[in-house]
Amino acid sequence: MKYIPLSALVGLAITAAYFLMALFAPVISPYGMAEVVGSVWEPSSAEHLLGTDNIGRDLLSRMIYGGRTTIFIATAATILSFTTGAILGFLAAVLGGLWDQVLSRFVDLLMSIPTLIFALVVLSVMPVTIPVLIVVMGLLDSTRVFRLARAVAVDINVMDFVEAAKLRGEGRGWIIFREILPNALSPLVAEMGMRFIFMVLFVSTLSFLGLGVQPPGADWGGIVKENKDGIVYGIGAALYPAVAIATLAISVNLVADWILNRTTSLKGGRGG
Amino acid sequence: MADTLLDIKNLKIEATAYPPGEPPQDITIVEGVDLRLEKGKVLGLIGESGAGKSTIGLSAMNYGRGGVRITGGEINLNGRDIRKLSLRGLRAMRGAEVTYVAQSAAAAFNPAKKLMEQIVEATLAHKRASKKEAEARAVELFRKLGLPDPESFGNRYPHQVSGGQLQRAMTALALCPQPDLVVFDEPTTALDVTTQIDVLAAIKEAIADTGVAALYITHDLAVVAQVSDNIMVLRGGNMVEYGSTEQIINDPQEEYTQALVSVRSIEHEEKQPAPEPVLKVQNINARYSGTKFDVLKNVNVELSPGQTLAVVGESGSGKSTLARVITGLLPPRDGKIIFDGRELNADQASRPREDLRELQMIYQMADTAMNPRQTVGTIIGRPLEFYFGLKGRKKRERIQELLDEIELGEGFVDRYPAELSGGQKQRVCIARALAAKPKLIICDEVTSALDPLVADGILKLLLRLQKIEDVAYLFITHDLATVRAIADSIAVMYQGEVVRYGTKSDVLAPPFDAYTDLLLSSVPEMKLGWLEEVIAHRRMESAGH
Amino acid sequence: MGLVGKLLAQRIALGLLLLFLVSILIFVGTQILPGDVAQSVLGQSATPEALANLRAEMGLDQPAITRYFAWLGGVLTGDLGTALTSGQDIATSIAGRLANTLFLAFWAALISVPLAIFLGLLAVRYRDRWPDKLISAVTLASISIPEFLIGYLLMYFIGVKLGWAPSVATIYDSMSLGEKLQAIALPVAVLTLVVLAHMMRMTRAAILNVMQSAYVETAELKGLSMFKIIWRHAFPNSIAPIVNVVMLNLAYLVVGVVVVEVVFTYPGMGQYLVDHVSKRDVPVVQACGLIFAAVYIGLNMVADIVSILANPRLRHPK
Repeated sequence: MKYIPLSALVGLAITAAYFLMALFAPVISPYGMAEVVGSVWEPSSAEHLLGTDNIGRDLLSRMIYGGRTTIFIATAATILSFTTGAILGFLAAVLGGLWDQVLSRFVDLLMSIPTLIFALVVLSVMPVTIPVLIVVMGLLDSTRVFRLARAVAVDINVMDFVEAAKLRGEGRGWIIFREILPNALSPLVAEMGMRFIFMVLFVSTLSFLGLGVQPPGADWGGIVKENKDGIVYGIGAALYPAVAIATLAISVNLVADWILNRTTSLKGGRGG
Repeated sequence: MADTLLDIKNLKIEATAYPPGEPPQDITIVEGVDLRLEKGKVLGLIGESGAGKSTIGLSAMNYGRGGVRITGGEINLNGRDIRKLSLRGLRAMRGAEVTYVAQSAAAAFNPAKKLMEQIVEATLAHKRASKKEAEARAVELFRKLGLPDPESFGNRYPHQVSGGQLQRAMTALALCPQPDLVVFDEPTTALDVTTQIDVLAAIKEAIADTGVAALYITHDLAVVAQVSDNIMVLRGGNMVEYGSTEQIINDPQEEYTQALVSVRSIEHEEKQPAPEPVLKVQNINARYSGTKFDVLKNVNVELSPGQTLAVVGESGSGKSTLARVITGLLPPRDGKIIFDGRELNADQASRPREDLRELQMIYQMADTAMNPRQTVGTIIGRPLEFYFGLKGRKKRERIQELLDEIELGEGFVDRYPAELSGGQKQRVCIARALAAKPKLIICDEVTSALDPLVADGILKLLLRLQKIEDVAYLFITHDLATVRAIADSIAVMYQGEVVRYGTKSDVLAPPFDAYTDLLLSSVPEMKLGWLEEVIAHRRMESAGH
Repeated sequence: MGLVGKLLAQRIALGLLLLFLVSILIFVGTQILPGDVAQSVLGQSATPEALANLRAEMGLDQPAITRYFAWLGGVLTGDLGTALTSGQDIATSIAGRLANTLFLAFWAALISVPLAIFLGLLAVRYRDRWPDKLISAVTLASISIPEFLIGYLLMYFIGVKLGWAPSVATIYDSMSLGEKLQAIALPVAVLTLVVLAHMMRMTRAAILNVMQSAYVETAELKGLSMFKIIWRHAFPNSIAPIVNVVMLNLAYLVVGVVVVEVVFTYPGMGQYLVDHVSKRDVPVVQACGLIFAAVYIGLNMVADIVSILANPRLRHPK
């Protein structure tokens, strides 16, 4: 029997809903993404459920398309960060020696600069396009995945069953893919959730600072930037993305927690 | 009737388990246990892991570790039920009337405080003596317990003294408030056997001198027989048998107790060395990279085909390093390994597959020696596939044959390691080694993580398999009882050197060298008064010299 | 003291080495593209002669290594170069703004650090009861919303709807301390919220780790009061992990400051940096990036130094 706690079910449902929304944005959004359909900052009404934005576009449609962009960039960057980080991390752990030293010290160096600051430095000379954003975010963040993957793999690599495989004469491929990977998967998948949330927050922050998705494209951070001037007049249009980002992030968090708790720890309790 | 100190009635203890992938559930750890202890007496609680002995011991302080809850029964201490005490009342009792000695003193001492401060802390907190008196009392205890420099010992930090000394300091901590009862929770289990005997003797003397009552918890019947007046045998949270120490040791009534007493009574006829050994270890010196001293110093041993060489030593003797050198995980600085007439490459990675196949290894911790994500079928089947190219039906048949050999029946093929008991796991590891049809298997402490009865089963299996398969064992262990049971020849190691080597009957017969004598005489024997005999003997010897 | 002294010297040397490498990384990071600063100053329509002149004037015709060492030499002597967009001296512009940023960060730290440690202790004390659960829920919520949105939420509800604090945090040198504090009330609140959650969670984990250790069980079995257990046994062993948590979060605060300054148009380093990133003013970006990284590295170094000093094994060798 597979037992799934309620919190994880709710998390899974909401996460799935957001991804479906992103996939089918053109089908479900009532108006076009950049279509001006009303006057500035109309309150919510039957035609415009969330009202209109700073130049009279339907805010609900902007939010749906914005979600699509945000989720797409975050997903792509997570995949990039993950493949790079995990592969290099495993290699560093299994190869050890000089390879491990060079990779680990370089990652230490990269991580001694706050990610946002380093991203700003690089983006000051790069053209701000979606592929550039994905690459910059993905590579900068892969340092964290590297550390985790390496730590997990080093832990597993010293276990007796890996030594037994080495003594049997197994090749590197068998050891990485058949002995280490299956045991490293759970913590890595849980971490993947955390990285995805971080990416959503990261791309929103960049867009808000004007260094992410460029107008007229929509994304959740950009919607805040466009509508922030309304705040001082008591118009809350800029706050909708807060709800969207928070619910998505919390849902993914709940799922990640469950995945992490579901698996038996290899090492067992502390100190036995 | 003598004065009753502790009277536990119908004790029930529960805990919450969190099985992965399932909802949490309550499980019963101890049920319906009665226990009575008179003032000044020592009661031994004995059982295998999971018997509930530590949990019962802590219940004498009305304390449940982690999520453990005492849910039923009475715990009468000095005439009142301590389950009914308020938190304040409990605090007044703990550390004053009852004190506790933990298994790992190294973890139980606060690393940031000096020993003396921690040892007198309970005495001061309960106002049982002034600071000066308490410290004087502690120094007196240090002296009694045989600690070095009793006057200044308390000024040290925990990390500055050895494990055996810490365990004695913990005993001082427990005795300092002059309690009515001390709970000793496996106080010598983590120690080497030659250290254990000293600590055991010190504890026994301290108990006798102070007249305190004690609950002595251990898994080792021979140890508890030395210190206790009565013994309670526990299994799976229930009492199996209760009686005087003499009765339990000399006339056990229950089948389980009889098995515990007669454990290690395996008969094995010693074989004489063959002219052509399967393994020759010649002049091996080895050290770990980055260190400056050799952990193996000029080691020479030989092992005949189909026989067992036991390598005995305490922690730090280099016995496990020897296994790493033979398997090629740690190439030696110099010396040769001759296997089946040919010299093996020093580095494992450069050995041909045939060499790897003929030399297999079984580990101490079966838990970590098997990939938790592979089924028993995959674990045993992989060497068949890897060395012999077996596939499909042939592989399945061979796996089943191997499972039959290790006495596991049908239906184990698809199980994961987590679904096996400790003994079953070790059996699967044995099958994996056998699958390669090796000439030599290195067994690294393969029974030391197992409960005595299970360990016995494993040893019997290994002996039976040796006859059938004609495989040689290099058996690494710290346990002399195991050595007596299965070895044909023995190498005693101490600080990286082989100090005594020969056939079993030669090695175990006098005259002994000093270390072997110490080692042999330190192994607890299942008889009353053994500890006194050994200590008296040692005192006489040291007085004579 | 010998061993500790040696370790401290090593750690400080490592920090300096790291800072040097980071300066290289930042310099290289701004040289990735084929186009250069001169191009971005003059735009696409510039004539080749004008470009060549500007390049020579700015030293861009020199090889990258020469330029790096010229830049590094300037940085070490307090000369950060001039901004391309305004032609002003960067060091002068930064000085005032850095003071403003530190002012903001100081007050945020002053409020959040004690509060986080207190709440972390509270969560441990009432572990798995409602205060703990409430604290974890709030934590989860606040790490799931980006800082700038927390900023606008507070601005909307507290600044605009309730009118309790100014929505824009403009400060001048002529303002009194009280006026300044009122002006930065909202940004400080946002920064506090942002780091509080992390710090609380990590403090809770650090203390729980200590509370579950065997020596705390020993203390419990000695019948000591809760206060004595925490004060004598848990606290001395929690200093290093808690200082680590605090330093890590102050480093995090440095990043939060950048965004929060933009939200509240606060005249600090963060806003200065973001402005000049959009304008592609490379010398300013390099200078600001290096300063932020230096603060970050410095805080991490302090955390390590405290860990070394708090370790009894190192202070009292065998």
